[in-house]
Order: sequence, then C-alpha cells, then structure tokens
Amino acid sequence: MRETVLKGETAVGTERKAATFRKRLWSQRELILMSFPLVALVILFAYVPIWGWLMAFQQYRPGAKLFDQEWVGFDQFRFLFADEVFLQVLRNTLAMSVINMVLGFVTAIVLALMLNEVKQKFTKRFIQTISYLPHFLSWIIVTGIVATSLSIEDGIVNDVLMRLGLISEPILWLGTPKYFWGIVGASHVWKEVGWNTIIYLAAITSIDPSLYEAADMDGANRYRKIYHITLPGIRPIIIILLIMNLGHILEAGFEVQYLLGNGQVIDYSQTIDIFVLKYGLRVGNYSLATAAGMFKTVISIVLLFAANNIAKRLGEERLV
Amino acid sequence: MDTVKKRFGLEPAIFNTINYFLLLCILVVTLYPFLNTIAVSFNEGLDTTRGGIYLLPREFTWQNYESVFKSGHLPHAFWISIARTVAGTVLSVFFTSMLAYVLSRPEYMFKKSVTIIVVLTMYFSAGLIPSYFLIKDLHMLNTFWVYIIPAMISAFNMIVVRTYIHTLPESLVESAKIDGAGEFRTFMSIILPLCMPVLATVSLFVAVGQWNSWFDTFIFAPKQSLSTLQYELMKLLNNTMSAGSGAPGASAGVNQGGQNSSAGMVTPLSIRAAITIVAALPIILVYPFMQRYFVTGLQLGGVKG
Repeated sequence: MRETVLKGETAVGTERKAATFRKRLWSQRELILMSFPLVALVILFAYVPIWGWLMAFQQYRPGAKLFDQEWVGFDQFRFLFADEVFLQVLRNTLAMSVINMVLGFVTAIVLALMLNEVKQKFTKRFIQTISYLPHFLSWIIVTGIVATSLSIEDGIVNDVLMRLGLISEPILWLGTPKYFWGIVGASHVWKEVGWNTIIYLAAITSIDPSLYEAADMDGANRYRKIYHITLPGIRPIIIILLIMNLGHILEAGFEVQYLLGNGQVIDYSQTIDIFVLKYGLRVGNYSLATAAGMFKTVISIVLLFAANNIAKRLGEERLV
Repeated sequence: MDTVKKRFGLEPAIFNTINYFLLLCILVVTLYPFLNTIAVSFNEGLDTTRGGIYLLPREFTWQNYESVFKSGHLPHAFWISIARTVAGTVLSVFFTSMLAYVLSRPEYMFKKSVTIIVVLTMYFSAGLIPSYFLIKDLHMLNTFWVYIIPAMISAFNMIVVRTYIHTLPESLVESAKIDGAGEFRTFMSIILPLCMPVLATVSLFVAVGQWNSWFDTFIFAPKQSLSTLQYELMKLLNNTMSAGSGAPGASAGVNQGGQNSSAGMVTPLSIRAAITIVAALPIILVYPFMQRYFVTGLQLGGVKG
C-alpha cells in the first residue's frame, strides 16, 4: 500500500513526505474517527492495567503514591514459591488442567467417531442438538446440577450406584478430597463434550470419500476403516488443538472450582485464579496476588509462543 | 435382536446396538438433570426434602416460581440480566463490526498496527487485581456500565466479522463511494445490512455470554441493585451447598419474601430449582432456532483472519 503512494518519490524531501502523510490522514479522517475511539477503549481496558504489574515488585499500600511505595524486587515471587499453599495451588491447577485436557480430548474424539457411525441423518442431528445444549448454560447452572446429582441425600448418582449394588452406602462425593479433580473433569465433559465434537465432525466430513470406497473394495471392516482412514484423517486437527491447549495449561479455570469447592476439599480445589482472588480482594495482599497473576500470564504467553513455534515447525500455520 | 442379526450379519448388528445404546446413555445423562430440576421446581418444597422426585413432581405447585417472581430482589435481578444482555449485545456487536469494517479497508493506513493491538488482547490479560484497580480508578465499580464497556470490543468477534466482510464484493463499497457516501454511511447502509447472517451469529455468542455472566457482578458490582439472575442463583447455590453435603434442608438465611404465604413451604432447594429453570429457559427456548448460527460462527472463526 505504502509503496504505491510513495512510488517515484524516493528523492523527495521530508517536507513533501509529511505533506503526503497529512493528505492521507485527512482523506482517511472518517476511518480514523471510526476506529480510534474504539482502539483507545481496547488499550485502556487491556493494556493500561499491565501498569499494575508494578505492584508485584512492591509492598503495595493503597493510597500511597508510586514513588512512596516500598520496592521489594522479586521478594513477592520468592515468597510465593516458598509458600506451601501456592505450591499446592500450582499442583491443583496443573493436575486439573491436564485431567480436563485428556478427558476432554478422548471423550470428544470418541463421541465424534460414534456419531459418525450413525447413518440416519435425523437421529444423528437429534443427538448432536441435545449434546450441544449444556455448552450454552452457565457454570452456575451446571455446578448446581452437578451438586444436586451428587448429593448424599437423594442425588441420582448415589441412587443409581446403590441400586446397582456397586456401593453399600451413599458417598459424600463433594466432601471427599480425592474425588474432587475427577468431579471437575467429569463436569467439564458433561458440559463441553458435544460442543467439542463439532470440529472433529467437520474434519471427518472433509475426508475424501473415495478412501472409504477403496477400503470397501479391499474388504476392510468398520473398525479398520476407523483406524486406518478416519483417525489419520483427523490427526492434523487433533495435533493443532493439543498444541493450542498447551498455552492454556495454567488456565484450569475458576468458576467450577470456586462453585463446587468447600472447606473439606480446599487442599485440592484451589486454583491460581482462586488464590489471586483470595489474597488480592479478600485478604488485601495486592502485591502477592498480582505476582501470582503475573506469573500465570507470563507462563501462558511463553507457552503460547512455544506452541506456535512447534506448530510452525510441523507445517501448521493456523495459530496466532 | 435375532432378526437384526439375520439381516445385517452379526458384527455390524452388535456394533450398531452397542453404539446406539451408548448414545442413548449420553442422551439420558445429558437430559435427566434438566428434567429432574424441572420436576423439583414444580414440586412442593417440603415434600421434595423427603426425596424420591425423579421425572415428575409428586405434589404439583406453582409456589416456587411464584416466590421467585414475588420476592423482593429476584424480579429486579431478572430485569438487570435482560438489560445487560440487550444493551451489551447491541453495543458490542455494533462497535465490533464498525472496527471490523475499518480494518477490512485495504487503504486504511493504520490497518496493521490497529489489527495487532486488537488481536493481541486475545492472548493475554493483565489479571484480576490490576483490572480491579483500573475499574476502581475509573469509578466504574458498582455501575451498570462495568457490564458493558470493558469487554465491548471482542477481538475474536472482530475477526469473524472481518472475515465475512472480506467475502463481500469490493465493488459494493466502491460504487457507494462513487455515489458520494462516506465511510460511515457505507458501513451503515451497505455493509451492515449485508452482514446480517454473521451478525446473528456474533450477537448470539455475545448475548449468551452476557446472560450467563456472574463473575463481573461478583467482583465489580456486588451492589444488590445491580445483581443479576445468575448471581442470585450463585448466592443461593452457595447457601444450599453447605460443606458439600448438598443438604436440602439447610436454609442458611435465605431471605425470600412471599414465603409461607399458604399451606406449602418454599425451601432453598426448590427455589434453586426454579431459578435454575428461569435462568436456563431463555437459552433452551431460543436454542433450537439459533443452533445453526452457532455452528456457522465456529467455522468462520476457525478461518484465520
């Protein structure tokens, strides 16, 4: 674009360049007027708060001026990594996000393959429609449903397990630490599995049908076709999604853990986001909370760029 | 089973049977909790605590819903939810598409820098505490606008709309300019009407997000007069889920006006069921009609901007 405007003007003085610039500015005034206020808004709410990261290097006291604050260097970070609670929180975050990722991938791929084997269009569409629905409900509603279903008094899960004779007395699911990560993983699956199949089903439909025809002629059965054609066909999309998810490894979420967590399982339910909320807004230790939040963001960005590099090396250019 | 075996041969028949059975299980697991919540929401509160409500209410009553809509702050929260959904969606979609239009103009001199500034916001956030201080310094704590303005420009939606605009013929814009229309008028009278399909998609994403949101209420606007339906439901959930036991009888100080008005009792559990249904209903009602658009949007977003 710029080349065309400046074509043949390489030797012109800066004055004329400035004049051209002003002319362009004037001719595009309407585009500028339409976009600059919105860009200002984006900068204000997304970039300006980064200034607040300075708090992570202070012992921040509200109300005091920037230069009156006590600067403590990396002390907050040092404190964080010596803090047993934070290490526990880090462990929970990593564990839950890995569990969510693995469960999420496996269930979505399996459900996509199962749906792909349903040949009646109407049945397939009906099942899809129902399975997408939970995606659009808030976590409040979903955790409410989870809590009701797992209730010790007449929750359906205990009810069914008792009737099947698998357990002899109701289990206190939400009050038992060792079940918590699994419950969070299962809740994610319940909410998102249908929705996550969309992308795989789209990839499956783009597989060349002649491959299946050729396999039919060779006498391949259904399992062989799934294993040798369908799965390799969706492998690229699986790899891309896996890599993209790497950048979110510290984003185990906030809502589910906050809403389902309780005093009895607190050692297993707290994630970084909950830690930030608690230390920042409840206890008022803004500096420590900012340091924890900053740690999360910086690691996420580093992982994102690493993932992007891996993707490029694998010949995929769909990221960033 | 036997006839199926004969007709299709053993192996596909077994496969299909197992496949359909498992899919049926998934349907049941997905749908049952809703049906059960609906049943509980229509069942008399005290009776529910005796247990054994599955798919149908045992002692039918409208009372739970009545107390939701008669109690002091719930109707107000309902209106706040509607207001933020409508205002948030209209403003966000309009301004996001306007930015998308500007960034779709090939001659725009700041195209590249502005695109980078906007798209980068998808990949990082300053975090809760710095954002809280910013909102506080802007005096936006406990104001309605905190629901609307901070997230008004969505980078993802901007890319979706811009991708769509790129598929429109450039000659449309050119001929509008020849006719003397400025950029804003071209956007309003040519581009916006042609973008309706993609705007439907984006609006639905934004509206669902607004309707379901509670975290911003929790952090930035805990004032009662700005509470939303989701936030009220969240408070109730916290109260009824005391120590993870999910004890339905634990009525931890839930204050419902219009309670005990007649013979029956309203318990936190039955109120919770009723609010859950009220909060989910708008989505469940429009869902069948908008499903098509959701999927289109996901595919458009997948196309790299």
